[in-house]
Amino acid sequence: MLILLAFWALAGLGCGILFADTLNEINVGGFPLGFWFAQQGSIIVFVVLILVFCLVMNRRDLKHHEKIEDEKNQSGGDI
Amino acid sequence: MSVTLWTWIFVGLSFSLYLFIAWRSRVRDTKGFYVAGRGVPAHANGMATAADWMSAASFISMAGLISTMGYSGGVYLMGWTGGYVLLALLLAPYLRKSGRYTVPDFVGDRYESNIVRVIAVVCAIFVSFTYVAGQMRGVGVVFARFLERDVNEGVIIGMLIVFVYATLGGMKGITWTQVAQYWVLITAFLIPAIAISIKLTGTPVPQIGLGSTLKESVAGEKGVYLLDKLNQIQTDLGFSSYTDTFVGGWDKANVFFVALALMVGTAGLPHVIVRFYTVRNIKAARWSAFWALLFISLLYLTAPAMAGFARYYMIDSLNGKTENEIPQWFESWQETGLVMWFDDGDGVVRYSAGADNEIFNIKGASPAEIREIIASHATWKATNGAEGIDGRLLMRDRGIAGPDRDIIVLATPEMAGLADWIIAFVAAGGLAAALSTASGLLLVISSSVAHDLYAKIVNPDADEKKKLLVGRATIGVSVVIAGIFGIYPPGFVGQVVAFAFGLAAASFFPVLVLGIFSKRVGTVPAAAGMVVGIGFTGFYIIASVYAGMKPWTFGIFDHGIKPQGIGSIGMLLNFIVTLGLSRICSPPGQAALELIDSVREPEGVGPVIDIEEAMDH
Repeated sequence: MLILLAFWALAGLGCGILFADTLNEINVGGFPLGFWFAQQGSIIVFVVLILVFCLVMNRRDLKHHEKIEDEKNQSGGDI
Repeated sequence: MSVTLWTWIFVGLSFSLYLFIAWRSRVRDTKGFYVAGRGVPAHANGMATAADWMSAASFISMAGLISTMGYSGGVYLMGWTGGYVLLALLLAPYLRKSGRYTVPDFVGDRYESNIVRVIAVVCAIFVSFTYVAGQMRGVGVVFARFLERDVNEGVIIGMLIVFVYATLGGMKGITWTQVAQYWVLITAFLIPAIAISIKLTGTPVPQIGLGSTLKESVAGEKGVYLLDKLNQIQTDLGFSSYTDTFVGGWDKANVFFVALALMVGTAGLPHVIVRFYTVRNIKAARWSAFWALLFISLLYLTAPAMAGFARYYMIDSLNGKTENEIPQWFESWQETGLVMWFDDGDGVVRYSAGADNEIFNIKGASPAEIREIIASHATWKATNGAEGIDGRLLMRDRGIAGPDRDIIVLATPEMAGLADWIIAFVAAGGLAAALSTASGLLLVISSSVAHDLYAKIVNPDADEKKKLLVGRATIGVSVVIAGIFGIYPPGFVGQVVAFAFGLAAASFFPVLVLGIFSKRVGTVPAAAGMVVGIGFTGFYIIASVYAGMKPWTFGIFDHGIKPQGIGSIGMLLNFIVTLGLSRICSPPGQAALELIDSVREPEGVGPVIDIEEAMDH
């Protein structure tokens, strides 16, 4: 999760704001890159971040659930 | 058919749809009333959250802001979407697990204090009322322009509609209406954006259109990028280049702090958080955060494109035009006073950043006042300055140049000459955006008062029926208060929105995050942190906005910090105070520790089940 938050900071605060003037020197298509990050790129990154978070956490929950089930079976179901 | 007739049809249809949904989903218990019986599927909740979140400001004002601010407008885009990442990662699943009804409810139980609960209730109510006033006003403005009705009449109609479906269906009614409202507002936003994008660049995807070349028939030459053209026009007229970073007061520090305050504020806004209480389980809470941001991003990725197109049309269709060439859309908006042309006598429109600018707006003036200013300017022009008043001087004194930002989205379809029904549909979209947000906020107010104050503190023994009645009554009263704010807008509505975000950032966010992730923070540090955060943020905003205090530079920044950005610093202070005091004060009690364990435990075991069941009675 800390990694995801780091990406959040990098895309939103980093590329969109802190390095925007430098990135603006680069043009991709008709967009200066810093401007693109501020107005489009950061939002796309945010959506992807939450998607990854959902997938990872839900998988972890599933594993955790299985572990509890296992423990239950081993101890004779008295948890 | 005329635009007005089309608008009546769309508004009538969408309003009856909302009422029909409300009737179908009326509720009988408090669980249904506050959290929709916790039975909302993740994607539907995502849509409802998106509609809840995207207010009249997102729909009507945001593209306009970006259009005039250029790069710096990105702070709103990043701020209002970036907050969802924080919300999804740090708050939503845990708060859903807590099984509470409201934010103050969780805060009060976690910190084992009714004082903390009351502070949270006051914050929630203040933040919500600040917001809802603007929404009601938005409804009024749409009615005034498109249906040629009085602004106040529009506010009252809006009030009635919200009143019916919010009291009837509570959260359940609101949720399903918001789902419908989402579709209305998103199609209303996308259709004109796509149509304009095709018209200007030939690309049907507005996001790509913004970075594409203009059509030869539009630009007069081949292969000119829209943004390059825009930069060139802007610089020619003395404005700063559209894509340039950090111009004017928006230096790097300010952009950073404002964006951060908006992000953190978004994550701390009670009407957004409460939406995650309505889903079935934690998994669904996570997914609905994803769906919410996905649905929101549809509009937020289109808005900057719309802003760019609008800027182009605005300058292109006005600057250098003679009296006879003035477009039709301009004349109909001129009546509202939101965009005005005061000619210097040569009969040619000039829209620029310099002293020769002739485009202004008079926001908030009465129709009589507007007519008077226009008439007096006409006299001035006719008598070569002997009589009457030069409208330009008058406007320059008031410091308002350029068109009002709020008309950009509503006027751009007209500027681009799109069909009447598209223009009318945009009006219905604006109404949907305003109503959906208003109803979500009213429910927060109602639940804060009826659940947190009445059922938890004033009369803990109240039965289900009585609680429900108090809940409905509070919504009724809140609607009326919100309507009064809409009819007599306190002049500070615009500025208090900054206040709402600043407060949410400086109060709720640190308390909630520490409440979930720290077992060391107890009652006293949390209360002290909230008070310091709110106190500092409130002081700075009030002092710099009303008392004319010079913004602080803290000795390191070139320009002072804008009031919108001060919430970031308030939040830091809150964290520092809370964590600092935690070292001295006593840790939380047993019940609070159990609550923390249970919200962090993803499985449905532990004390949380008991709490949920106990609260259903």
